[in-house]
Amino acid sequence: MDTSRSYLEPSSFSKKMAAAIIIVYAVITLIPISWMVMTSFKNVDSAISYPPEVLFEPSLEGYVNLFTNRSRQSQEYLDSLPPPKNWYEELVRSREMVITGPSKFLGRYSNSMIIGFGSTFASVFLGALAAYAFSRFRVPLKDDLLFFILSTRMFPPIAVAVPIFIMYRKLGLGDTHLGMIILYTVVNLSLAVWLLKGFMDEIPKEYEEAAMIDGYSRLQAFFKVVLPQAMTGIAATAIFCMIFSWNEYAFAVLLTQFNAQTAPPFIPTIIGEGGLDWPAIGAGTTLFLLPVMIFTIILRKHLLRGITFGAVRK
Amino acid sequence: MSQIKIVNLQKSFGDFTAVKNSNLTINDKEFFVLLGPSGCGKTTTLRMIAGLELPTSGEIYLGDEEVGMLRASERDIAFVFQLFALYPHMNVRNNLSFPLKMQGYKKSDIKIRVEEAAKLLRIDHILNSNISSLSGGDRQRVALGRALVRRPKAFLMDEPLGTLDAEFRELMCLELKKLHLDIAATTVYVTHDQLEAMSLADRIAVMDGGEILQADEPNIIYNKPKTKFVASFIGSPGMNFFEVNEGISKDQSFVNIEGAKFDIPKQLEDSKGSKNFFGIRPENLTLNNNEGLKGAVFGVEYLGSRKIITIKTSLGEIKVKTDISVNVKLNENVQVKPLNNNIIIFDGQTDKSLNSEFIK
Repeated sequence: MDTSRSYLEPSSFSKKMAAAIIIVYAVITLIPISWMVMTSFKNVDSAISYPPEVLFEPSLEGYVNLFTNRSRQSQEYLDSLPPPKNWYEELVRSREMVITGPSKFLGRYSNSMIIGFGSTFASVFLGALAAYAFSRFRVPLKDDLLFFILSTRMFPPIAVAVPIFIMYRKLGLGDTHLGMIILYTVVNLSLAVWLLKGFMDEIPKEYEEAAMIDGYSRLQAFFKVVLPQAMTGIAATAIFCMIFSWNEYAFAVLLTQFNAQTAPPFIPTIIGEGGLDWPAIGAGTTLFLLPVMIFTIILRKHLLRGITFGAVRK
Repeated sequence: MSQIKIVNLQKSFGDFTAVKNSNLTINDKEFFVLLGPSGCGKTTTLRMIAGLELPTSGEIYLGDEEVGMLRASERDIAFVFQLFALYPHMNVRNNLSFPLKMQGYKKSDIKIRVEEAAKLLRIDHILNSNISSLSGGDRQRVALGRALVRRPKAFLMDEPLGTLDAEFRELMCLELKKLHLDIAATTVYVTHDQLEAMSLADRIAVMDGGEILQADEPNIIYNKPKTKFVASFIGSPGMNFFEVNEGISKDQSFVNIEGAKFDIPKQLEDSKGSKNFFGIRPENLTLNNNEGLKGAVFGVEYLGSRKIITIKTSLGEIKVKTDISVNVKLNENVQVKPLNNNIIIFDGQTDKSLNSEFIK
């Protein structure tokens, strides 16, 4: 019998099995994403060629098309123009088109940023305050209130689309950044309160008591002592809130058209000459993926690091 | 530094009364220990003095000021928690500076004070370490340091040695005592460990069921306990008790227990009821082979220099603390008798000790 390892440690066979399963899973999940990234670097022809090209000559056509509006011109007109000033103008002209101006993508993208980060900050901030109160104080009807907060998650948000649409029109919140931030904050808040309450419950109340004895008010103790220790929970909550408001499509389609339209309803509307411009859509979705990915990677160390470890002997 | 006085202090949680109508005066510069079993209200009392709980009724004076309803941050006291509660996201230096920052000291002053406290506690070499890398003893010192830097009116400590291992606890006990002598600050210390209490305290208050039963110097608490609970709680093992099924009257100097006659110190008051208790400490009993209560050896515990022998008799189990040289075997028949007249009679009705020549 092999006694060189402890019974608690998995055998090398099961470790290899686990690794194999993870690799298979990673490949399956990564295929659509890598397809999307590849498409964004194809030109319009190779994007729709059959059989699909796995090896291809990379092109930035998709990205150029994503950021510009173009119009098709006759060869004579193109010949009459002065030579192209830069590489993307040359690329567009080779397709017998001229750039007529920047597209709306950048505006939609920054709308997504403002609304996404704005509602994430609001949900986490309000959620942390509410979670702290639920965790520390004797709130009358605490359990009922917590259930009530949770119950807002028990139906798909879109079920209340019509009343919200009417409310927003009356209040003048339709197609505004503020309106979308409020909407996503309200949807995310129940998740934030519940998640953060769990984390706050884990933080011993002695920390705030120590801070209060050291001369700080409860609110100061909350910001200086409790919040830094709830960082793990705050990071996790922020990621969930960010992913929801970043990806949300249905309400964005319904409530926004111009000022506050986010990227998700905009990207599918990118239509090129003679059909869908797949490289441009690929480019749009690739760029759309980046902020959440970067945000998650930045906060990942907080998800993994238990910063309260060892500070209290249990 | 100041005197702490609590007057008719009471605390209820719903129907449960944690602290009942307590009165206590803790003198300036005194090391005062609140001692009792868990759930006796000692921690609640301490937390009320600190301002972490508000009293249901009664007053708390810190110096001349009534602070009962003030917030913890307004009381100028320091608190050392059982689990230290050091801020894990700050290093040692920042933990120590944290209370000073709030009070608006200059950066240079904070540095001086922190380093002074660190030197006193011998933690100056770990000022830049993270809390999670410290040993239990160092954490304890940092927690003390955080209390010390502010030079508060009083130190409150809630079982600060409770989580340390036995050897280390003894060492920290000595350090605490030395520290107290150095800085001479009013200290209120909560513990359930009577040895800790005995070795640290100038005065001890023994609590049970939310009441303060006796507050006095350690040797008086030990030798002249005012109630049966204090007598059994203090000392290891606690006092032996025998039921006396007769009333005790003034000037009486003997009792009958199960037909045998025992001398007792001359009593100075009558008992209230006809059932009383005869109490004697294990070290005031002796073994021999010809007189006293008959019994069989039931257990022997070695304590290094002393030995505790448990004897099963017709009156129940009796603990005798003897010299190490006494040799007995299990189940051996022996006789037990009092070594001296250090005997206390407890009134069966009130549980209080009766005044006698020995205990006045």
